[in-house]
Amino acid sequence: MAENGIGAAVRRKEDHRFITGKGRYTDDINRPQQLYAHMLRSPLPHARIRKLDTAAASAYEGVAAIFTGQDMLADGVGGLPCGWGINNKDGSPMVEPGHPPLAADTVRHVGDQVAVVIAESRTIARDAAEAIEVDYEELPAVTDLASASADGAPLVWEEAPGNICFDWEIGDAAPLEEAFAKAAHVVDIDVVNNRLIANAIEPRAAIGDYDSGNDEYTLYTTSQNPHVIRLLMGAYVLGIPEHKLRVVAPDVGGGFGSKIFHYAEEAIVTWASRKLKRPVKWTAERSESFVSDAHGRDHLSHAELALSEEGDFLGLKVQTRANLGAYVSTFGPSVPTYLYATLLAGTYKTPAIYAEVKAMFTNTVPVDAYRGAGRPEASYLLERLVDKAARVTGIDPIELRRRNFISPDSFPYQTPVALEYDSGDYGACLDQALEMSDYAGFESRRQAAAERGMLRGVGISTYIEACGLAPSNVAGALGARAGLYEAGTIRVNPTGSVTVITGSHSHGQGHETTFAQLVTESLGVDFDNIEVVHGDTGKVPFGMGTYGSRSLAVGGMALMAALEKIKTKSKKIAAHLLEASEEDIEFENGQLSVAGTDKSVSFGDIALAAYVPHNYPLDVLEPGLEETAFYDPKNFTFPAGCHICEVEVDPDTGVVQVVSFTAADDFGRIINPMIVEGQVHGGLTQGIGQALYEQCVYDTDSGELKTGSLLDYCLPKADHLPNYDVSTNTTLCTHNVLGVKGCGEAGAIGSPPAVINAVINALSVKNVDDIEMPATPEKVWQAIQAASA
Amino acid sequence: MSITVSFVLNGQAVSAAVESRTLLVEMIRENLGRTGTHVGCDTSQCGACVIHVNGRSVKSCSMLAVQAEGAEIVTIEGVAGDDSLHPMQEAYREHHGLQCGFCTPGMIMSCLDLVAQNPDPSEHEIREWLEGNLCRCTGYQNIVRAVKAGAKAMR
Repeated sequence: MAENGIGAAVRRKEDHRFITGKGRYTDDINRPQQLYAHMLRSPLPHARIRKLDTAAASAYEGVAAIFTGQDMLADGVGGLPCGWGINNKDGSPMVEPGHPPLAADTVRHVGDQVAVVIAESRTIARDAAEAIEVDYEELPAVTDLASASADGAPLVWEEAPGNICFDWEIGDAAPLEEAFAKAAHVVDIDVVNNRLIANAIEPRAAIGDYDSGNDEYTLYTTSQNPHVIRLLMGAYVLGIPEHKLRVVAPDVGGGFGSKIFHYAEEAIVTWASRKLKRPVKWTAERSESFVSDAHGRDHLSHAELALSEEGDFLGLKVQTRANLGAYVSTFGPSVPTYLYATLLAGTYKTPAIYAEVKAMFTNTVPVDAYRGAGRPEASYLLERLVDKAARVTGIDPIELRRRNFISPDSFPYQTPVALEYDSGDYGACLDQALEMSDYAGFESRRQAAAERGMLRGVGISTYIEACGLAPSNVAGALGARAGLYEAGTIRVNPTGSVTVITGSHSHGQGHETTFAQLVTESLGVDFDNIEVVHGDTGKVPFGMGTYGSRSLAVGGMALMAALEKIKTKSKKIAAHLLEASEEDIEFENGQLSVAGTDKSVSFGDIALAAYVPHNYPLDVLEPGLEETAFYDPKNFTFPAGCHICEVEVDPDTGVVQVVSFTAADDFGRIINPMIVEGQVHGGLTQGIGQALYEQCVYDTDSGELKTGSLLDYCLPKADHLPNYDVSTNTTLCTHNVLGVKGCGEAGAIGSPPAVINAVINALSVKNVDDIEMPATPEKVWQAIQAASA
Repeated sequence: MSITVSFVLNGQAVSAAVESRTLLVEMIRENLGRTGTHVGCDTSQCGACVIHVNGRSVKSCSMLAVQAEGAEIVTIEGVAGDDSLHPMQEAYREHHGLQCGFCTPGMIMSCLDLVAQNPDPSEHEIREWLEGNLCRCTGYQNIVRAVKAGAKAMR
């Protein structure tokens, strides 16, 4: 390992600007002569816009313009596109209604954009918006899956009978008949995967800046993937060719998926700045974010597991209803299908699996990817079901899992649900977690807690996930409408420093540090002489951005491929300088030498020679030392692990406290263990948040979002949480050069079932055997009361 | 109606014309261009806006600009020395107490007040103090480590 190379816990380069208040987030950016936009949003869940009167508002001093959906339509603005199409069981395409950036005639959720007021200041825009008169004709609405599925339910879209966007399946139903027929046990479960809101601490913002001198546009936006925005907005919404549209995602304060999508406000400010010939800036207020940022999760599932007498899993069938919200969001359809049901084998060798997913429209904010995106839904369902199967069969929950694990010598392992896992050792992670958590000592801790009047429980989850999105041809066959490669350039400068240009985007993940570690390891260039550039399509020609735990597995591998090209060219140059043949050149620790001799040159010498090619093989080699690679992964990667949670429940108040949490995860090769640990801490916290604290609640009568601010939506706080005990176990990915798997989402995937299994374990003495997320004090208390009645 | 508000910001006399309803955080960010202090919410939960007013940590979203007339204000930009970082800032970097960095200025300002009042805070005391500072990235564990180390370096 080189100093500051692969495996080192290098402190981050990017920290300096953040700890000194010199970060440059979108709302920190101001453009000369800028105007401010304020969005007028629907207070109703479903209504026709009968009349929209902006006269009084337009008269406010300082208002530059007020635009409506009709204005944008008249100007030929297109709808926000969906990037992933899903087909029904019969092969027909999903219902895909249009999604205009500003509602043209109908609003479909509380918060739906109705008009935009653009003025000299934020306060003028906000004040003027209150003077807009909208005459709404209220229509009946549905906000939850149960209501949307009911016979005669009001329709969100006329073209979607039964509020169904698509009815999809995966796996083979036929072998299940036999599996269930011969089963000694059939265990069923109904689970809710609660709707969540990402709530990155930085609210969304966008600045559209049209340059009439060059007929070029710049969009500054809080995005995880500026190139995707350039593609979607440029090609589908505003008709701007790539070379005329620059998208800059500067410092971004967290995303967790919610900043992947192409949002209306991005198109609105870009379009408006051309109309007004001035920059237009929009920044969300937090309660506005609640009704406009994509939400996550929101599944209702029923599953049945067939087991043999000894506890072998024989077959699994799953029916899921997934809430897509009012519109089909950018990647919405992929989340409850190819990112969810393909994980229903879990870490187990269940031979027969069949899943059906009905994706439904409701009059709520669109639902799309949120940390884990489909995989938390799968692992929650599976790990709750396995624990229930343990209770029903009387088999120890750990032994039941071990018995059914895919064994380490089974790889590559083809699951019955499309994915082929490349490597893993689920038993090793389980063993590690059991030891780290002192599982053997749990009983005495439980007794000690009981003496204090507290109910202590332990819960386990053995999860797997699929990330490192994605092989483009596979994704395309499954409905993706874009490629999922990543691009990277290694630019060696004449004085030997290196600029790394990556299509990945860092909004907390530390790529400016970890990608530099890859370069230091490979080329021997000093860590401080490497700069990583990302986030600006003006500086980074191509990329697909950061989500789905893909930065290292795809973005990092693009860089490895570019580094390999650099090394190859460097050896050619060295061969010339050292008068040797290319095959005899060795490149190590920043030195290129002739094998078996002490003739060598430094990488710095090579760099200078490449740009000052006086002694250089110009007849066969171009000057310069810059290489680009596009990397398309051969498969997903499959991180896995074991999470063990201990909780204490106060039976008098229902309060659940997580008293310890242990994670033993397998992420393949680790570049920076400090950063990996940080990602796990963050993921676990979001998973605990889902399990105990967070819930998005709509009022079924008014369609209002009741949990509409941070006052009502409970984000986990520092005093809610313990210190986590995390460690890693490594099985290398078999299909990329470093063997990396990625780690960004795993914490949020494995933890919710570990927590709920622990709560149920704690409450078993009270005869409670089921509870829904979030297991709030009220829910827990009510469950205890009900079970004793 | 426009009101001129003056105070000392990071040791420098500053002044700007604001409306009576202008929040202190708005004046700092927009009128005075110090964008290190952030706005993360609209119900004063998140703490991204924490600054020091007359030596105490305050959520600048919960004060009107006019209330700051004549005050001594310190924001994140005023924490580091001319040539070096404050030990608390160093500690955040050393212990990976930040990821996206958006909550970090408010977090650091808040922790500096904690340590001023309690020079050797326990882990429990740090976590309780930070109830008013939300972080969505770190899960707080490394922030607590950073504060422990920063406090020690400051003693």
